[in-house]
Amino acid sequence: MNNHAEKTDKNAIIRMFHVHMRYDAKHALADISIDITKNEFVFITGPSGAGKTTLLKSLYLAQPVTEGQILVDGMNLSRIPKRRIPFLRRKFGIIFQDFKLIPSKTVYDNVALVLEAMGKKPRLIQKKVKSVLRVVGMEDRAQAYPLSLSGGEQQRVAVARAVAGDPKIILADEPTGSLDSQSADTIFTLLEMFHTRGATVIIATHDQRLIERTSRRIVQLEAGRLQSVADI
Amino acid sequence: MKQHIKRTVKDILTHRFLNAVTIVTFAFAVLIVGAFGLFFINANHTMDTWKKGIRMLVYLKPGTSEAARLDAKFRLQDIAGVKEAVFVSKTEALTNLRELMKNRASLLDNLRENPLPDAFEITIDPSVRPESGMSSLAERITALSSVEEVEYGQKWVERFTGFVNLFKFTGYGLGCLFFIATVFIVANTIRLVLYSRREEIEIMRLVGATDRFIKEPFYYQGLIQGALGSAVGLLVLFFIYLSMVNQVDKGFASDLISLRFFDIGVILEIVLIGMVVGWIGSFVSLKQFFR
Repeated sequence: MNNHAEKTDKNAIIRMFHVHMRYDAKHALADISIDITKNEFVFITGPSGAGKTTLLKSLYLAQPVTEGQILVDGMNLSRIPKRRIPFLRRKFGIIFQDFKLIPSKTVYDNVALVLEAMGKKPRLIQKKVKSVLRVVGMEDRAQAYPLSLSGGEQQRVAVARAVAGDPKIILADEPTGSLDSQSADTIFTLLEMFHTRGATVIIATHDQRLIERTSRRIVQLEAGRLQSVADI
Repeated sequence: MKQHIKRTVKDILTHRFLNAVTIVTFAFAVLIVGAFGLFFINANHTMDTWKKGIRMLVYLKPGTSEAARLDAKFRLQDIAGVKEAVFVSKTEALTNLRELMKNRASLLDNLRENPLPDAFEITIDPSVRPESGMSSLAERITALSSVEEVEYGQKWVERFTGFVNLFKFTGYGLGCLFFIATVFIVANTIRLVLYSRREEIEIMRLVGATDRFIKEPFYYQGLIQGALGSAVGLLVLFFIYLSMVNQVDKGFASDLISLRFFDIGVILEIVLIGMVVGWIGSFVSLKQFFR
């Protein structure tokens, strides 16, 4: 992670230039300029309401910015037509605090959905879904429905869904926020594993225990402003 | 395509209740429109049967010779729209009248001479439309030299024609209204389905599904719901029809009315229209939902 004021990095997969996001008069994000390089592992931290979730949402255009520019893997988000947004989102594997699994679909179908949406062949989907479920340790629960699983198990399924499409970037928004410490450790270990496999991982969290566990770069936000960028 | 249909079937099975509601709504709509349509074709059929019974009486001038009468018969039979011309002599007419009057026939005994004219009773070809063809046919017949007067219940035919026209236009009007109402009912039901699944749709969008990928199963669902709903509606209508046939057969009206159901071509058309309505319903609600 580099502050944008420093030299620009041609390996940057995400670049933010003076990004602002306003709701009425309030700044949700104010003048954020950062680069995130390929295969980086970044924590975005700060108190509740600091703009962590908003920053992540701006990356996959769930909330477009009001000012400034964002480049994701060469795509300029301010110029991307609406019909291309799904293709931008396929660059990301997104993990949410509330899991966002579809309750009416089985674990298998929840994970397969990403690959179906990408238009993959049924045989490949079957192979891939089994493989990622095995990695997250949920192979035996493939036919279970999300609501019959514990929070930790649901989040493992969410991780499987996030990585099923081999995304370049994994975004995790408070991934351990609603989990016990053991489940949180499992999720974090899985994220580290996908990082070692080549993915760029961005975790928004205020869980200090998680941040202190490992030496990573940290982006500190406060009231929508970039407070500091530091390595631990 | 195969994958989409598989997804659609899975979706329908997962959301059984909502889909069942849509199908039942459809079935009701088809039942109402179908019942009206059935009434329409049966009423038309009955009117056709009655139309076939329309007779025309052609009264000849007094003192028409045998040769002129024969000539008139040939001329009448040559006129387009005349199926058959049967001569009824004045004597025969009086005999018929006596039979009709039964107990009061003695009144006729006091007549010094037969006041009835010779006449032809004409059976009209069913292709002649009573609403337009009858009067021109009557004019052509009146033009014959030996013909005194033509009678065919003008007033009755006029009223009958008015009724047929009113019925026809009301039928078209109501048919259109029902069609539009069905599209709206279906669109609203599908919109309910969409709203109940908005979270799921939002998740699909977040994981990179295109709108087309999300919408496609809803279109297929619309088609399937249209087909199933129409089939169920028609089936219920058929059972109602069967019970009505039984009632009519037992009742007094069996000679006047003969009921019939839609033929297979019409049934297929209704199912096809149901599918189109389902598709339009999906289209309308998806367009609003994805705006």
